[in-house]
Amino acid sequence: MTDKVHLDRAHLLRLLAQMMRVRRYEEKCVELYEAEKIRGFMHLYDGEEAVSVGVIEPLAPEDAIVATYREHGQALARGIGMNALMAELYGKKEGCCRGRGGSMHIFDRALRLYGGNAIVGGGLPLAVGIALADKELGRKSATVCFFGDGAVDEGTFHESMNLAALWRLPVLFVCENNKYAMGMAIERAESEPHIARKAAAYGMASETVDGMDVVAVAVAARRALANVKDKSVPFLLECETYRFRAHSMFDAQLYRTREEIAAWRKRDPIQQLRSWAGQNGLIHDSDTERIETDIEAEIDAAVAFAEAGTLEPVEELELFVYMEQTPA
Amino acid sequence: MNAEARAAAAPQRVTYREACKQAIRAAILADKRVFLMGEDVARYGGCYAVTKGLAAELGEDRIRDTPLSEAAYVGAGIGAAMSGMRPIVEIMTVNFALLALDQIINNAATIPHMSGGQIAIPLVIRMATGAGRQLAAQHSHSLEGWFAHIPGLKILAPATIEDARHMLQAALDDPNPVLIFEHVMLYNEEGSLDPTVTGVDIKSAKIRRPGRDVTLVAYGGGLGKTLAAAETLHAEGIEAEVIDLRVLRPLDEATVLGSATRTRRVVIVDEGWRSGSLSAEVAARIGEAAFFDLDAPIRRVCGREVPTPYAAHLEQASLPQSTSIAAAARELIKPR
Repeated sequence: MTDKVHLDRAHLLRLLAQMMRVRRYEEKCVELYEAEKIRGFMHLYDGEEAVSVGVIEPLAPEDAIVATYREHGQALARGIGMNALMAELYGKKEGCCRGRGGSMHIFDRALRLYGGNAIVGGGLPLAVGIALADKELGRKSATVCFFGDGAVDEGTFHESMNLAALWRLPVLFVCENNKYAMGMAIERAESEPHIARKAAAYGMASETVDGMDVVAVAVAARRALANVKDKSVPFLLECETYRFRAHSMFDAQLYRTREEIAAWRKRDPIQQLRSWAGQNGLIHDSDTERIETDIEAEIDAAVAFAEAGTLEPVEELELFVYMEQTPA
Repeated sequence: MNAEARAAAAPQRVTYREACKQAIRAAILADKRVFLMGEDVARYGGCYAVTKGLAAELGEDRIRDTPLSEAAYVGAGIGAAMSGMRPIVEIMTVNFALLALDQIINNAATIPHMSGGQIAIPLVIRMATGAGRQLAAQHSHSLEGWFAHIPGLKILAPATIEDARHMLQAALDDPNPVLIFEHVMLYNEEGSLDPTVTGVDIKSAKIRRPGRDVTLVAYGGGLGKTLAAAETLHAEGIEAEVIDLRVLRPLDEATVLGSATRTRRVVIVDEGWRSGSLSAEVAARIGEAAFFDLDAPIRRVCGREVPTPYAAHLEQASLPQSTSIAAAARELIKPR
């Protein structure tokens, strides 16, 4: 693991706790899905937690985020309340989007979390525009745009990378390269599978980082963000990661082998951090036990909150199709 | 009143193009959050010369040239609107808007609702539409009826100089994504602009010519042909009422139904293809709400169902004309 020296115990504990929180939250979601409390498409982040946790940790409140449909990790790492998130997955009025978005469309305006986009590549142009507005309005913020390796195949990747570089916009493009676009292996989809190299075509700086190593991701993201903000230029950070579970809740996984999954599981980002920090005396078993206890309590509360939530009256179905005003 | 004040209050002769330009200029000068971006809007001056000279006056940040990346700059307009700006995005022609359809329909039209009302998208997208310049099948179509199918969007079709001058500001003041369709044959139209009119609504259809015998419903590039048809009919003793829809979504049903129930006969003019068209929607609404008030079946005069051809005679044959509009009205008045 790289650059550990820059991170103190408190910092490591935050990263570990956040990754464990995302993991446990989603394990609970699987139970709730099987119990038919949660429906629709639900895409789990199991194995990829280090990416959103590592990238979002150094963000300032004024920074913005655009994410994909696999965004429970981004939402939780950014600070969305687990209650509101769980209620959203339950389709309740108390959900962060009043049950209109669901798992794939998590928005929180106060946190500058602009979705939750379920069209692959659909969020990239939005990130460019958010950064353009921030720059024009004199805000010193960066926009972080998460997308998967599948989005690189879309035209919006090329168009948005070009526009952000051309207009020198503060966008941190974060490719969560989990090696598969649904079932399409990256080497079967990309003539140049090293995604970070594509940045050169736009005169943009880039880096590839081990996305299973949260410390490496956090250090790389901090460095990239400084670059983005100081110079007002975009940056492409490719995080090599892996999703341990199915694409969505229904997936026979015919496109990859059990051996491959098992090999990646040995690089589990949570286990890696625990064992490294444990060996170095930075995090103790008592710390992880306390974290687990806190997370269980938080999840129990979130489930209770969602269960107790109300259904929005059907009479309000058409609310927000047209807005009455632009929120200030 | 002194000479200067009299001159300022006198009706101004302008083209539709100049009216659009005045609207853009005024909006940008009035609000630092407003800017316009699109292909060739700055140094080239706009594909239809609407923004000619504005970049030099207002700066290239406010009149912003984009690369040929419809999805990215339309999406960037949506993002900028979510983040505090009031963008006007210009797309050269509606056919090119198809390259940005995902952004318009999956993002602009859905995010306010999908976010539970947290996020508004106060965005305006302007584009040219329609046939008549022999630009063939990839530059001439009238797809505004398609866009009018989508909840979350507002669709405007300024057919007059006054609407070209004032609809833009009303669209910018609206917290929702508003698409403005400017028919290509209107840009050179000249008319007078009443300086005492300082704004228009984007809610209502308007009766452009009152009449008692038949209602002719039109919009955008079809309005002029429809008014010409009404004039022809007048000479024959038929008084046609001409309604300009102005706003294609949400439709002003009350004005259309009010006229239909008075005249009891309706012809709908739509340059778009008949199948699944806006004219079909208008006809259905009248049928649903005013069936027993009608004395004759509803007639439609639509674009012929072909990709718009290049040759002038074929192109004209594919479009509604004042003659075909007048003929449809006559058939309703004097059934065989």
